[in-house]
Amino acid sequence: MIRRPKPERFRLRRTMMFMNAQKPGLIKDAYIYGCDSIMLDLEDAVAENQKDSARFSLYHALTTIDYGSTEVIVRINGLDTPHWQEDIRVCVAGGADGIRIAKCESAKDVHTVEAAVEAAEKEFGVEVGRTLLMAALESPKGILNAYEICSASDRMFGVAISGGDFRKCMQTTFQPDGVDMLAARGQMLLAARAAGIQCFDTVFTDLDNEEGFKAEVLQNKAMGFDGKSLINPKQIRLVHEVFAPTEKEVKQAEAIVRAYKEQSAAGVGVFTVNGKMIDIAFIPGAERTLRLAKACGMYEGDLV
Amino acid sequence: MEILKSAAAGTLESSDAMVTVEPGDGGIELELSSSVMNQYGRQIKATVLETLDRLQVSNVRITVVDKGALDCTIKARVECAVYRSCDASSANIPWGGAVR
Repeated sequence: MIRRPKPERFRLRRTMMFMNAQKPGLIKDAYIYGCDSIMLDLEDAVAENQKDSARFSLYHALTTIDYGSTEVIVRINGLDTPHWQEDIRVCVAGGADGIRIAKCESAKDVHTVEAAVEAAEKEFGVEVGRTLLMAALESPKGILNAYEICSASDRMFGVAISGGDFRKCMQTTFQPDGVDMLAARGQMLLAARAAGIQCFDTVFTDLDNEEGFKAEVLQNKAMGFDGKSLINPKQIRLVHEVFAPTEKEVKQAEAIVRAYKEQSAAGVGVFTVNGKMIDIAFIPGAERTLRLAKACGMYEGDLV
Repeated sequence: MEILKSAAAGTLESSDAMVTVEPGDGGIELELSSSVMNQYGRQIKATVLETLDRLQVSNVRITVVDKGALDCTIKARVECAVYRSCDASSANIPWGGAVR
């Protein structure tokens, strides 16, 4: 049986690829694509009369297949269905890294899932607190309650918007400039940053529209998202490229962190690097750039 | 477990298997067809029998149509078909116990 290492609450999550947990042909070698996380789906991708079967398939995939350093998250069915409790039992028993709460609308929803996860951890002898949580916001109410959801639990690592359902609620459709979800994305990002967790954008479903996909990923990066949900392996590379820092950014970040270490040791709080004023406020951002650069193979130093 | 009625799980897609169970005539009767019969027939048969043994099923007619499934998929489909035949597939599965 594969025992996955204890999940890290904060790690690189640029790409999170959805995959139907019921399809053995898809999930058996999902780690080869190089996405940061895979999202095994028990919810919408699985037909109502196959929910039971998908769980057996998921359990054996989780305990048999070595996904290596690819994070394994499971999307469970909504709290308004008869499925979610057994979904949680199988996720915890199988050792999934995290659970994505579908259609999350309040902190209470997070607490409901958290209680069931803790009960399952005790039932299956899993360390209490091991299983991480993230929430999908799919309705206006979810967006309006984003901050209480993001800060509802120490297990929460991130929050994502689900475009399909959200646009339906808002009586709008996909717009190339993103104006259909601009306010929602902005509010969710504010909430996630205020709560100190990660934030992920929705899937882009028109696989033939490469220009549209690129524009959306560029906008995601500009708005400050950590990553994006994907539906096809061919979308991975572009997201990794867009989210990678530029060489100039890496050099600058390295100079900042190095200078900060030297200057603070000498008792200096504010100083300049390449003509720019730097103080402690710049350090977390520079360190984040270096970690990202390391993950992208652009930085091999030991500052992070 | 006692097979109470006929039930099936799985599909005929590549990398999957379709498993059907029916009440038996006092023993285990296995009918296997596979797209990789020559290479893996014996291993698939062993996996099916081990899984039935873990679930304590001793009276069953079981049909497996394999389309190149991994062992873990064969197990999942056999278990699901057996639990379905007892109307017990939707909740309180002994994950890590009889199902492992």
